Amino acid sequence: MLDHVLRIVTPVCSSGVTADDACTPRAIKISAADLLSVMDTLYRHPTAFFDMLSCVTGVDNGVEAATLEVVYNLYSIPFNHHLMIKVLLPRDKPEIESVSHIWKTANWLEREVFDMYGVHFKNHPDLRRILMPADWEGYPLRKDYKHQTYYRDIKVEY
Amino acid sequence: MPTDQIQYKYHPENLVRSEPNKFDVANLRREEMIINLGPQHPSTHGVLRLEVLMDGEIVKEVVPHIGYLHRCFEKHGENLPYNQVIPFVDRLDYVAAMNCEHAYAMGVERMLGIEQQMPKRVEYIRVLMAELNRIASHFIAIGTYGMDIGAFSPFFWLMRDREHILRLLEWASGARLLYNYIWIGGLFYDLPVGFEERCREFVDYIKPKVKELTDVLVDNKIFVDRTANVGVLPLDLAINCGVTGPMLRASGLRFDLRKVDGYSVYPEIDFNVPIGEGKMGKTGDCWDRTQVRVEEIYESLKIVEQCLEKLTKEHKRTRDFNPQALVPKKIRPKSQDLYVRAEIPKGELGFFFRADGKSDVPFRCKCRSCSFVNLSVLPELAKGVLIADLIAIIGTIDVVMGEVDR
Repeated sequence: MLDHVLRIVTPVCSSGVTADDACTPRAIKISAADLLSVMDTLYRHPTAFFDMLSCVTGVDNGVEAATLEVVYNLYSIPFNHHLMIKVLLPRDKPEIESVSHIWKTANWLEREVFDMYGVHFKNHPDLRRILMPADWEGYPLRKDYKHQTYYRDIKVEY
Repeated sequence: MPTDQIQYKYHPENLVRSEPNKFDVANLRREEMIINLGPQHPSTHGVLRLEVLMDGEIVKEVVPHIGYLHRCFEKHGENLPYNQVIPFVDRLDYVAAMNCEHAYAMGVERMLGIEQQMPKRVEYIRVLMAELNRIASHFIAIGTYGMDIGAFSPFFWLMRDREHILRLLEWASGARLLYNYIWIGGLFYDLPVGFEERCREFVDYIKPKVKELTDVLVDNKIFVDRTANVGVLPLDLAINCGVTGPMLRASGLRFDLRKVDGYSVYPEIDFNVPIGEGKMGKTGDCWDRTQVRVEEIYESLKIVEQCLEKLTKEHKRTRDFNPQALVPKKIRPKSQDLYVRAEIPKGELGFFFRADGKSDVPFRCKCRSCSFVNLSVLPELAKGVLIADLIAIIGTIDVVMGEVDR
């Protein structure tokens, strides 16, 4: 299945695509610039037909690696195929296109990644914090996160 | 702490600044208004806050504001060893904790490569527990839904019957709601002696009660009039919004991860996957969603019976059986990424793990919760409905805020 996906995806990738084997389901790595064309192809292609976006995950690789990662988990209901797509982003300016116009699921899932990691999704219809309060400082799931001492005179440390 | 110290400085703007409305009152047209529903409102099933833009009695937009029950599950998950995360997993969907545990344990076992070695008895007990808990969860969903739209007695009946399930689960695990019973690599303890007989008695007791529920609530003319053709979720929108579980099935797709993925011992068990057929109105309306849940109770009872059959015959209790035999002393999976999913009563619960191979703490532990994704379809469903129908729609989404906010 992964070979097939690679065959479909390679023509629309300007900066290359690699397979990542240490993943269940099998994964491909693409660059952030190719995201939209890859996602659109995978969604529309009649033999790929990934009609469901199961999960969008942010991962922080730490300060030394200086990268954030966004991981998309796609699923195709008619073909029963899984696919994981990984995109590496620079830690100081994480920006990526939103896929919420392809899958409406992405709207909230991307908001959560923005909330927790500060990844900016371009062209997202409504990019606000979702789980944390709007005036919370920092991105809690980054590895170097230090919470604020006081939030509205409530001590955050418990 | 000294009592004279001010712990919270009240300011009337605090609430507005921490969770501002999406719509600005100044920009509204003359006949429009914003109604704030929740977070403390009985029909929002917990601490869900809805900002509703109304035109008279017609809902124009709904903006859910969530996060009031956020307990940093993922942050906890990154700081605790795999086995110590299980009590937190319980608190995701706290009315179906066994199902969540099952999904989580399965994921870690898959990473360790011991999923296939599990003794059959352990797997059957897991499925038995998960299905009992699924029934309890559907009881809450249907009972509170009935109460939302004005039928009070079914709620009490279902709470009474759910109590039997909770007592069974308490007998096995020691806790009523948050069990920590399914461990990575096994179970906390074998079933107590006599559990199977009592469970059979329960199944015999509950079947006529579910029939009664159907007669009194679900097929009731008042209930049908209230829910048929309300909140119709078309199948293409449901898939595009990532909706799973009874909501997706009510829209007409026979999609159940227990069948599709065939995890645990579900392939050995005979059960059907009920779908919405549009008997009372259009396919995918509120009535269909309730009906699918009712039919799933019957299917779960079927599964429970088959598990009991296996647990008393082929895989019966032996003196030397140790459900903790395969529990690893140290849980250190190889370096890998894994996405695992399982069917819990609300839909697809997924976990994304990244293990670095060097520690017994996950590098990343993400929970893809089904209530969260299912709730995101509410703004689509509620466009142009009456405010009373909005309440009827929230109830059928069957959100558990513990899982939405994590």
